Amino acid sequence: MDSVELCGPAVPDFSTHPGLAAGVAVLQLAASRYLALSEQEKELNQRLRSLYPAVSDQETPLPRSWSPKDKFSYIGLSQNNLRVHYKGHGKTPKDAASVRATHSIPAACGVYYFEVKIISKGRDGYMGIGLSAQGVNMNRLPGWDKHSYGYHGDDGHSFCSSGTGQPYGPTFTTGDVIGCCVNLINNTCFYTKNGHSLGIAFTDLPPNLYPTVGLQTPGEVVDANFGQHPFVFDIEDYMREWRTKIQAQIDCFPIGEREGEWQAMIQKMVASYLVHHSYCATAEAFAKSTDQAVHEELASIKNRQKIQKLVLSGRMGEAIETTQQLYPSLLERNSDLLFMLKVRQFIEMVNGTDSEVRCLGGRSPKSQDSYPGSPRLFNSPVHKASNVITDHLCFPLFPGFDSNYCNGVSSSKGHTSAHSHKSCPPTIPSPEPGVLNGSRGQQTNVSAEVEMEVDHFSNGVSESSSNGFLNGSSTHGIDLEECDADMEVDSAQSKRQLCGGSQAAIERMIQFGRELQSMSEHLRRERGKNSANKKMLKDAFSLLAYSDPWNSPVGYQLDSIQREPVCSTLNSAILETHNLPKQPPLALAVGQAAQCLSLMARTGSGSCAFASVDDYLH
Amino acid sequence: MACLLEAPLRISVLSEVTATSRHYVDRLFDPDPQNVLQGVIDMKNAVIGNNRQKANLIVLGAVPRLLYLLQQSSSSLELRTECAVVLGSLAMGTENNIKSLVDCHIIPALLQGLLCSDLIFIEACLRCLRTVFISPVTPVQLLYTDPTVIPHLMSLLSLSQHTQEYITQIFAHCCKTPEHQTVLFNHGAIQNIAPLLISPSYKVRMQALKCFSVLAYENAQVSMTLVNVLVDGEQLSQVFVRMMQRDKPIEMQLTAAKCLTYMCRAGAIRTDDNCIVLKTLPCLVRMCSKERLLEERVEGAETLAYLMEPDIELQRIASVTDHLVSMLADYFKYPSSVSAITDIKREKGDAFYSIILYCKCSLDHDLKHAHELRQAAFKLYASLGSNDEDIRKKITETENMMDRIVSGLSESSIKVRLAAVRCLHSLSRSVQQLRTSFHDHAVWKPLMKLLQNAPDEVLVMASSTLCNLLLEFSPSKEPILESGVIELLCSLTQSDSPALRVNGIWALMNMAFQADQKVKVEIVQALGTEQLFRLLSDPDTNVLMKTLGLLRNLLSTRPDMSSHGKQIMQAVTLILEGEHSIEVKEQTLCILANIADGNTAKELIMTNDDMLQKIKYYMGHSNVKLQLAATFCISNLIWNEEDGSQERQDKLREMGFVDILHKLTQASDPNLCDRAKKAMQQYLA
Repeated sequence: MDSVELCGPAVPDFSTHPGLAAGVAVLQLAASRYLALSEQEKELNQRLRSLYPAVSDQETPLPRSWSPKDKFSYIGLSQNNLRVHYKGHGKTPKDAASVRATHSIPAACGVYYFEVKIISKGRDGYMGIGLSAQGVNMNRLPGWDKHSYGYHGDDGHSFCSSGTGQPYGPTFTTGDVIGCCVNLINNTCFYTKNGHSLGIAFTDLPPNLYPTVGLQTPGEVVDANFGQHPFVFDIEDYMREWRTKIQAQIDCFPIGEREGEWQAMIQKMVASYLVHHSYCATAEAFAKSTDQAVHEELASIKNRQKIQKLVLSGRMGEAIETTQQLYPSLLERNSDLLFMLKVRQFIEMVNGTDSEVRCLGGRSPKSQDSYPGSPRLFNSPVHKASNVITDHLCFPLFPGFDSNYCNGVSSSKGHTSAHSHKSCPPTIPSPEPGVLNGSRGQQTNVSAEVEMEVDHFSNGVSESSSNGFLNGSSTHGIDLEECDADMEVDSAQSKRQLCGGSQAAIERMIQFGRELQSMSEHLRRERGKNSANKKMLKDAFSLLAYSDPWNSPVGYQLDSIQREPVCSTLNSAILETHNLPKQPPLALAVGQAAQCLSLMARTGSGSCAFASVDDYLH
Repeated sequence: MACLLEAPLRISVLSEVTATSRHYVDRLFDPDPQNVLQGVIDMKNAVIGNNRQKANLIVLGAVPRLLYLLQQSSSSLELRTECAVVLGSLAMGTENNIKSLVDCHIIPALLQGLLCSDLIFIEACLRCLRTVFISPVTPVQLLYTDPTVIPHLMSLLSLSQHTQEYITQIFAHCCKTPEHQTVLFNHGAIQNIAPLLISPSYKVRMQALKCFSVLAYENAQVSMTLVNVLVDGEQLSQVFVRMMQRDKPIEMQLTAAKCLTYMCRAGAIRTDDNCIVLKTLPCLVRMCSKERLLEERVEGAETLAYLMEPDIELQRIASVTDHLVSMLADYFKYPSSVSAITDIKREKGDAFYSIILYCKCSLDHDLKHAHELRQAAFKLYASLGSNDEDIRKKITETENMMDRIVSGLSESSIKVRLAAVRCLHSLSRSVQQLRTSFHDHAVWKPLMKLLQNAPDEVLVMASSTLCNLLLEFSPSKEPILESGVIELLCSLTQSDSPALRVNGIWALMNMAFQADQKVKVEIVQALGTEQLFRLLSDPDTNVLMKTLGLLRNLLSTRPDMSSHGKQIMQAVTLILEGEHSIEVKEQTLCILANIADGNTAKELIMTNDDMLQKIKYYMGHSNVKLQLAATFCISNLIWNEEDGSQERQDKLREMGFVDILHKLTQASDPNLCDRAKKAMQQYLA
């Protein structure tokens, strides 16, 4: 325990168990130091993230301190490698010494900025602040050599890869804060003194420069600020200007010469996107108003839509069944896909949303669903309201289970084991066909109504992909009332129950799990090992290991957003059987743009920093 | 038909009037109101974007009829509205159109229309009023003739974004004098307009901002009120700071910077406030950059010059911000002459006339901006260099700077000449520059030329600069003397403007400092004693002080008082007896001391008991400076080595001066004590 003196990763463990550390003063100190440091770290991380959102820290880490390895021996570092002091003789320019930052400046910053505070000008104040490429001699001040650039305090001159400086700005000395800003879009650099821009110092800068400082006489001490503290100069304001410039450039980019060509292409892309995600009514209306042909039969789109709705509302069993009905050979040929769907079904059973367990008297799936605010667009369609509609459709079909459901809630509270006592009335081993039919029938009704309303929808919120569903549900007056009742229960009882809290459902789930296990074994025997499948199954099963699966490390699987990739994969597979593209061109274009930006970052085009694709997806 | 009267241009247009135009006007007189309405609507569609059609309709008398229909309460609201729209469209044309509309009394008619309760109609009237009022040919005063108009406009501000936009735009254009500011302020302009700064409409925000800039300009009352205004819980200055963010439109940044500048200059914001130092100043420097439009660069430079004029710290910061000093050098890289084009015009015949006219117009436009740019740069340089020697050095070292000033001094544009001389004046405060660059470039030559025939504004600056050039150490002093400047300066002392009188006499004073007897005589002769005495009784203390200074310099080296001794003594007595400040009296006593230094002049004092009593009085005065000067005077009178010193010493001893000197040797002021001791030594020797 004594060894935990410095802020190693062990300390936070103690802080989570305060009882252990309480008596040990050293540890408390260490913990507080850790906390202080981590506060600074946190601030640094936060600032860097907000300044340079386009930078990938894995690919191109940002400079965070001076490098203890990349410095001349006359340089001393302290204070987490942020303070630099001179420790040579300082007799002649041959005693000059520099240090570089740990990393070079990533192009994806767009605009990069750091500041250096002069703690002491020492004997003569021969300090240089600037940039240099890797490998430039460190026994020199920045600016004196090729690929090295500096602004010197004693004369205020700028040195651009040359031993003789140019008059540039004022001199600087103890107490001054000098900032250095690299513009990676036009490859220029300007300095600031105490928050005032001094104007362009260098142009045509090469890529991959490191922040660098150089000192030359005893007593010189400077502190760097790579984002640990707020900057004196308002760099955000400068960045705003460049963001606006880049975005104006994008907005003004010349498009297709021939009239209407551009528009037609956009319309095609939108239409294909709508069709792909089976917004059939919208797609139809859109195609009609823009005078286009739809390359898929309406019935086929509707079929896909039906399946997607089921998947997104968590009714996997029905989804699989419907898929098998409509596309008989699809899942037979594609056993991995079937396996994936079944694993998802298992998860939905745990969640209490799958039709099989819901029929067994689980509580309303509504309370089990927590659909996050704004899911990722374009990866898959966003059916925000889809679960709501399912609830409304299903709930009135199981009125008898209402009391049961309340029972379940109270009785199984705290139960962790899958083997709890049977406390529920009749076990229904499989979905009752009548019920399912009923539900389906009603659904068709709804979609019919959706179609009727779709016109005004495509006018108003055509961009929004939460297409028409809400509309459909709101036409059901009774459902709305039920919804209210449901909400009340929901708020009173927020703890979610395994399989909706029904014993029978839990048993069905266990049984299904066994079937899944044997399917997995069967698959392995037939087609060899598949690590992806194995992991999927393991993750799904491990849900049962936690007393509260929703708040467990594997609980994310229960999140309804996880239905989207499943839905998307299934949809793509169906489309492929019809020889249609797996991905809509619109999503492809978006992906391509994102890829292009990361390529720009790698090849040193700084403008990628201000052209995030997300900015254009509202 | 009042608008038909003037201008031969109209008649030429008249010949082109087409039958269709006449048809439009005829329909306005149709007995059926429905036909009239349709006629007005058709007219509206016909005039949009068609300046010739607009001119035709005006010539044919459409305006009075439209105004009649607009004012007629029997007209339907729709018709009245359409009339206002058409009039607004006509106003969008040329300046001549506006003149015709104003001549037809469109303004009172439209203002009357604002009393209607229909929003659409009000908006149409306001739109037209806006267009009329923002034209340079419309007399601004027309907005203020009826005192009920401003309060009514204030009350209309709440109606819609359109009324907000038009009304604020009218205010922003029609607030030209302190009186206008006061009228608007008293009618609650600030409270009514402040909330518009966060309007969802950009146009409204922008016009509201412009209103504040014209309201705050050199107006302490408005500025002091502005700093305490909150908009949505935020201080107004912070709202302006946000509007200066770099991603905001340039127009908005610039206007917000103007607002803060004016508030700062009016004393409502300190010059060391962060919103000035870290926001307004850098923003204005950015406005001077090459990337900005010429107009923006001019406004930016002028505003920046105004902002930092009184504050050396701001001048220092600006001088190192974004290479401002060398950035301004770019302001001179625009054409300054259009002579070639005018020559061509004379040579060629009519065929090319229009083309050349067009070329000349566009060049004139450039030229106008070139002038504006140059004068703005000179102003900014003047402001930058007004206090700090290092900055002056930096400015004079800028490429061709002195040459530019020299040629600026003789440019045709008065604005440029004035700004150039201001710049020169600012730089002339530097001893080093006077000794070097000023002499090298013989700036005195164009300066002298400028002084020959210039408006007072320029004269003040030029003569003030001349004062500095005539300082003793200035190498330009000699050539200026030789150029016969004395006459000119003497004539300045007779000017009605106190500033010119001060500068004239000041220059003479500088000139007389340690000058040859010949120069002194020349000055006295040119000025004449009469004028000298007139200046000694000048109501302006500065003039009096400089005149005394001149006298002192004239009398400094053993003066020969034979000629004007008596008058000078009279004048001195007069001033010492008069109600004057300590400084004036000190200067006068110094003159007396100088007189006491001259051989013949000594007698003038010694025989004047009255004067001796006065000296005695001042030796016992409570002000050390006066005591010192008076003691100096006595000390000169009793100086040993000169003729008749013994008698003078005796006489003064009798009068009790020795006792006073003795007392003064105990004075707490070391200078006075020292001076008294030296005087006492004369008695002891």
